[in-house]
Amino acid sequence: MIFGVNMQSKSTSVAGRIVSECAQSLMVSLWFMFLTFPIMVIRIKPLDRTIEWRWDNLFYIAIGSFFLSFIWRYLMKKKRDQGSSEDKEDWQNRIGLKMRSEPKVYITGMIVLGIAVTLFPHLFSSYQTQIMISALMYVMLGLGLNIVVGLAGLLDLGYVAFYAVGAYSYALLNHHFGLSFWMALPLGAALAALFGIVLGFPVLRLRGDYLAIVTLGFGEIIRLVLENWNKFSFGPSGIAGISRPSLFGIELTLNQHTIYLYYIMICLVLLTILVVSRLRHSRIGRAWIALREDEVACQSMGIDKTRTKLTAFALGATWAGLVGCIFAAKTTFINPASFTFMESAIILSIVVLGGMGSIIGVIIGALVLILLPEYLRAFSEYRMLVFGASMVLIMVFRPQGIISSLKQHYEFHGQSGEDLG
Amino acid sequence: MKNAQPILEVRGLIKDFGGLRAIDTIDVQVHSGEIVALIGPNGAGKTTFFNCVTGIYVPTHGDVIISPKQRAPVRLNGLKPNKVTEQGLARTFQNIRLFQKMTVLENVLVARHCRTKSGIFGAVFRDKKTRNEEREMVDFSYRLLEKVGLSGQVNDLAKELPYGAQRRLEIARAMATEPFLLMLDEPAAGMNPKETRELDGLITRIRDEEGISILLIEHDMKLVMSISDRIYVLDYGEMIAHGTPKDVAGNKNVIKAYLGETFDA
Repeated sequence: MIFGVNMQSKSTSVAGRIVSECAQSLMVSLWFMFLTFPIMVIRIKPLDRTIEWRWDNLFYIAIGSFFLSFIWRYLMKKKRDQGSSEDKEDWQNRIGLKMRSEPKVYITGMIVLGIAVTLFPHLFSSYQTQIMISALMYVMLGLGLNIVVGLAGLLDLGYVAFYAVGAYSYALLNHHFGLSFWMALPLGAALAALFGIVLGFPVLRLRGDYLAIVTLGFGEIIRLVLENWNKFSFGPSGIAGISRPSLFGIELTLNQHTIYLYYIMICLVLLTILVVSRLRHSRIGRAWIALREDEVACQSMGIDKTRTKLTAFALGATWAGLVGCIFAAKTTFINPASFTFMESAIILSIVVLGGMGSIIGVIIGALVLILLPEYLRAFSEYRMLVFGASMVLIMVFRPQGIISSLKQHYEFHGQSGEDLG
Repeated sequence: MKNAQPILEVRGLIKDFGGLRAIDTIDVQVHSGEIVALIGPNGAGKTTFFNCVTGIYVPTHGDVIISPKQRAPVRLNGLKPNKVTEQGLARTFQNIRLFQKMTVLENVLVARHCRTKSGIFGAVFRDKKTRNEEREMVDFSYRLLEKVGLSGQVNDLAKELPYGAQRRLEIARAMATEPFLLMLDEPAAGMNPKETRELDGLITRIRDEEGISILLIEHDMKLVMSISDRIYVLDYGEMIAHGTPKDVAGNKNVIKAYLGETFDA
């Protein structure tokens, strides 16, 4: 008897749940119908001065949002049940450990990747190679900004300024003194680093939002100076006819130049990865992370805050300077319009979406964020929509980024410590 | 021992925040090999005192002078916290301030920063000197972690440790800066009685085996009375008593400060 009652109450609760879930979805779909009504239903035809009412669109939106809201709630619930994302991080660490314990698989994978990367410009068109070059440029920019934002925790919204410094230093040195690409590359990097320190000094005391605003201002100042100081930077009309990189004086066709630049980029990206990962696991890298985690404790543990911040700004800016030189060499024409806040925002999104502090994450983030809009050109009307939606989804379900940073693993045998990382 | 030069001498320390005098003319001395406790009700100015000594605050008046063994005395007023740490004063925090997303070992490695030198070029090229330094840092840190009983968790993230272990890690991190005086801000806060007993042993061991003197703020009276050589009592920024645990426990002012005026009768 009691059993029967229980059964009944259970079945009514299930029914009740279904009803309440459906009601929730219904409300969501009504809300979406209301929200999208002006853009999806009404179409004004200015020529015949009529309004077309596309009621069928409203119907699709209603059905679509009704079902999507179930999926959304299910995913949110799953996320809540997991508590935090530690499971996923474990999953990453397991892969990380496996790569170390089974180097064969790892090496094979690397070789395959290496061959694919080497053959890429020969298998695909020059257009594809161009796209890949710009993606690789953003990989480098992302890795550079990752030092400042991901490791040292200094939110820099004016990163594009250093990119501009690099580009203009090559463009101007080439224009006035005919300096070659290979001469200008280290100079551009050094100048950007210098600017990093110059910006670093006034913002040493600032943190978080304040720092973000000041760096944002700095980025705009550089752009405005370039735009208005006609004598120095040729203003908005920019600098044209910048030389492409030379290869021991050999004459190259346009297509060969593209391929050459692609290989230069691959080498520089490899260099960046090597340097950044070594810095990350060094005394300086640990000081940056400590600074990000807790500024007061970091100082109390004997770390010089000023120096640590300035090295982060300088080393971050260096990469932007390098990429700036390459940008000038790639496009052979630069003007201030290439260095707007939008660029800083994209680079920052690469770092945040990819995973702050994670090198692989930033690489994947750059490839996704730069290649996705390129290949979505087919759906050109919707590509920014898809782009925005995927950013929102990643931030909701993986706030730590696509790949969170792996922790350094140490193993000890008896008394002596050995670093296997 | 009392006649020798104190390793830490604070003379007439005053700290004002605007119109509020948080610390009013305090003198504190710590001698080599001592465990000294600083007690007082909440808001008495104990942590402010720590912050003044370690350079987080700049004192309004007074002197903070250290005279470690075989070294000339140094006046610490106005030095930045990292310089104070370089001079050999290390501290822990009342509300644990570990580097949460770093591993246990990395937390200690960070504290080796001021005793090591390798720079950017060393980091990038990993020359022999840098590799050796790195290996020494890791060894040193690992041995420290063994001493506080955390050698099994070196690769765990600091935030994953249980509370008591986090406190011990903070102590290990402070010790990695090779201090001659360790300043502990409520090391037993939030610990259960068993953990507190272990901490008692750990603090005494640090003093006896490492030769590090200790200045601690603590609310756990049992701990304070059992390990301290001398106690200073603060109330409303003023020093109301100091002496051996026995002296302080019987002091009328102290009882009043802790239990209120009505206890007079």
